[in-house]
Amino acid sequence: MTEITSLGLFELIKNIKEKKISSNEVAKSFVDRSEKSKKLNVYVTENFENCLKLSKDFDNKPNFDLKLPGIPIAVKDLFCTNEVRTTAGSNILNNFVPSYESTVTQNIWNEGGILLGKLNCDEFAMGSSNETSFFGNVQNPIAKDLVPGGSSGGSSSALAANLTPITIGTDTGGSIRQPASFTGTVGLKPTYGSCSRYGIVAFASSLDQAGPMSKDVKDSSILLEVISSFDKKDSTSIDFKRNNYSSELTRNIKGIKIGIPKEYRVDGMPEEIEKLWKKGIEYAKDCGAEIIDISLPHTSYALPTYYIVAPAEASSNLARYDGVKYGLRSSGQNLVDMYEKTRSEGFGEEVKRRIMIGTYVLSSGYYDAYYLKAQKVRQLIKQDFDQAYNKVDAILTPSTPSSAFKIGEKSNDPVSMYLNDIFTVPVNLAGLPGISIPAGTDKNNYPLGLQIIGKPFDEQTVLNIAYSMEEKINYKNNITDWWM
Amino acid sequence: MDVIMSKNNSEYLIKRKDNVYEVVIGLEVHAQVTSNSKLFSSSSTKFGAEPNTQVSLVDAAFPGMLPVINEYCVKQAIKTGIGLKAKINNKSVFDRKNYFYADLPQGYQISQYKYPIVGEGNVILDMSEGQKQVGIERLHLEQDAGKSIHDVDPSNTLVDLNRSGVALMEIVSKPDLRSPDEVNAYIKKLRSIMRYLGTCDGNMQEGSLRADVNVSVRLKGSTDLGTRCEIKNVNSIKFMQMAIIYEANRQVDLIEEGEEIDQETRLFDTKKNETRSMRSKEDAHDYRYFPDPDLLPLEITDKFIDQIKSEIPELPDDKKKRFIDDFKVSSYEATILVSDIDTAKYFEEVVAKMGKNRDMKLAVNWITGELFAVLNNKNIEIAQSPISAKNLAKLINLIKNGTISGKIAKTIFELMLDGDIDPQIIVEEKGLKQQSDPKALEALIDKIINDNREKAIEYKQGKEKLFGFFVGQAMKASSGKANPQLINEILKKKL
Repeated sequence: MTEITSLGLFELIKNIKEKKISSNEVAKSFVDRSEKSKKLNVYVTENFENCLKLSKDFDNKPNFDLKLPGIPIAVKDLFCTNEVRTTAGSNILNNFVPSYESTVTQNIWNEGGILLGKLNCDEFAMGSSNETSFFGNVQNPIAKDLVPGGSSGGSSSALAANLTPITIGTDTGGSIRQPASFTGTVGLKPTYGSCSRYGIVAFASSLDQAGPMSKDVKDSSILLEVISSFDKKDSTSIDFKRNNYSSELTRNIKGIKIGIPKEYRVDGMPEEIEKLWKKGIEYAKDCGAEIIDISLPHTSYALPTYYIVAPAEASSNLARYDGVKYGLRSSGQNLVDMYEKTRSEGFGEEVKRRIMIGTYVLSSGYYDAYYLKAQKVRQLIKQDFDQAYNKVDAILTPSTPSSAFKIGEKSNDPVSMYLNDIFTVPVNLAGLPGISIPAGTDKNNYPLGLQIIGKPFDEQTVLNIAYSMEEKINYKNNITDWWM
Repeated sequence: MDVIMSKNNSEYLIKRKDNVYEVVIGLEVHAQVTSNSKLFSSSSTKFGAEPNTQVSLVDAAFPGMLPVINEYCVKQAIKTGIGLKAKINNKSVFDRKNYFYADLPQGYQISQYKYPIVGEGNVILDMSEGQKQVGIERLHLEQDAGKSIHDVDPSNTLVDLNRSGVALMEIVSKPDLRSPDEVNAYIKKLRSIMRYLGTCDGNMQEGSLRADVNVSVRLKGSTDLGTRCEIKNVNSIKFMQMAIIYEANRQVDLIEEGEEIDQETRLFDTKKNETRSMRSKEDAHDYRYFPDPDLLPLEITDKFIDQIKSEIPELPDDKKKRFIDDFKVSSYEATILVSDIDTAKYFEEVVAKMGKNRDMKLAVNWITGELFAVLNNKNIEIAQSPISAKNLAKLINLIKNGTISGKIAKTIFELMLDGDIDPQIIVEEKGLKQQSDPKALEALIDKIINDNREKAIEYKQGKEKLFGFFVGQAMKASSGKANPQLINEILKKKL
């Protein structure tokens, strides 16, 4: 039998339900492998002991009707977990232990999932390489000193390195899809309003969305079914009829119309990305899809728009970290001095940069020129998609403009770092579902992903296209366990 | 201070040399919404709880916590808007007002900036010169902040978050007020309307009603507005009036000295009775308002508004009109009776219990006279009146049907205070029934005239003052129970 840790979620569930393996055996395997993989630095907080205990409890009183029966799962450290430290990758929350549980993680535990640990991420999910985390860089298991992407870099790395069978990330501008693309894994950002934001440390409220990250498409469909729910505790949660994504998953996408937006052919895009995209189009055709050229005319404005809207919301969302109520408090001569010292010591450079950008664009005299204009452009970007969806059912693009880069390569050049999100950001601005699936490799054998963008609430079509293309692409990561 | 003492309460004029200035006032009233739970969380809003015992994770702004609008508070705001005869906006937006303070856990206050829930309306003031209409600019919903306590610990400021997130209505008037008296009338009228509606208890001691007062001055006759100063967070009508008087005179003095008035925010020092600069316009906060992305725009259907309209009770203006029309009370009396919903309720109950042969004049006089005096003395509200409306009505009926005299009634009233005793019982037990038997009274008067022959002769000779002497003797002889009207009649006949 293959190693337990190399099994995907679906296989694990099957084996547990058939009583071929116990929850405790599964938990043990992942804990053991995680223990041997500290060099990857994926965990901020381990929950190994408790996970082993809970898996035994499950085995003693199993419930095989659950969707995640006794499955250990590590989650991004942006989800608040009851009694388990939650840091958001920041020094300012270094000592923060919530007394409550995020809705998304609660949904997972309700279906039998067991918390394995909290995964590293960029500080407050601000970053594309996991290099802004207070808890240090995360290694990409694909190759040494390669970034795992970000901000859900701990999640993508843990998943690719078989340290967790599945995981969840959050995606504000590409933070699920880009790391998935960099690690040869699958990452789905659902429609805005599909998964509750309750209990997720906020970055940019109008863009943040939790989603599954997995080794294959089917696993993502299983997890999406668990985490997507209407939640009254989140006013932006939407009460729509959710599919049984995994049981409705099909490879029959004959006649589905897939749009190819010409604006995504950006200047300076490496040839291998262009090639990958073309290959993707062929795969889609092979699957029976109809390919249609479309235009999303405002695409080039998406990145600047995003880098106004997201920092604006972040500057306000992060105001609560002031040393008064919880988290880090530095001592000061008076209130203002305490604020300044706490926030200077508590936040890293990238977070400070975005707070300053956000504060600036909301300031009186600049609001209209930046924030208000950005909101208008955001509407235009949405309209682009609306119009495109009159003609097509989904859109196919590359996930990222490049493969994973070396640690430190871009950390001193924020703008070049921001460009990483160029293909993923429009999807967040329009609130649409998008998935990244591994589709090939570059000249260094580093993985590259393709992105499928769907209509609002039409995760099923996105998953179906990904599921059928995945079969044709037949991508396999080549992980050498170099860190062990 | 050269203040022209105008008989007109609707203006406050300040004279300096040849110049006469008038004061222009606008109010931003912060009224706490009557609601069991907060604007965006389910924490209790009960006053007087131990510090930090009514604080949810949302109120304390824990990571990942999200606001969820309290529908009841929205209804209350709409109700108030209807009471102010204002436009209810079908779409309004919650914004974040960003600033740092220890008692503001989120680092921003959720408020409504560009798109408030209620638009323009008006309030009618009953001034002694007649009615005056004051324009309402808007009403919006917002969160209250917590409380910083500086005087408990010698080296630390303590924070109590019980108030954090409590729903407030900010009611902004137009700059239509012209005198401290009008401000008094305006606040009282607002409070009255909200108490009728049950949307704010108007309790200023508990901070349920506070106001920022905008004051400017200008030469009488001018139509331009002067530069205004905003006096922050004044929590009693008396202090508002004192602050306005101080501030208006300060501004006039500056103008007279040829200086400019800085647009600034000021604080009223209640001990020194003066306003002090808090921050100038240049130092004004940049609140960086933007729509709260955690909340969707608030959309209200006409059906929802109509439903609330159908639940609106009779409001003071309408009640006043009805009292005048139906009960034939004067406009002045009606204004007093309707100003407080509990007074109006009490009055209406007295009227109902008096039955067919009711005497409105007596009812009004007894409520606004004797009863109000007792309430004032005991410093209690009419809702806690020691005499029920039912028993006061009985007392009035006893006067009306001649069973007792007005004078005896006052004695009985005093006795009734001790446990809301039925006046009928007091009359019977104490034998206080009025003597109205003409024969008995004639005998009594005959005896008095006999005993005071000389005085009777003097009276007949023209010393008319002595009539009062005989009345007094008759009352004395009857222990005050004699019907005074009959005594008068019989005396006139006999003397």
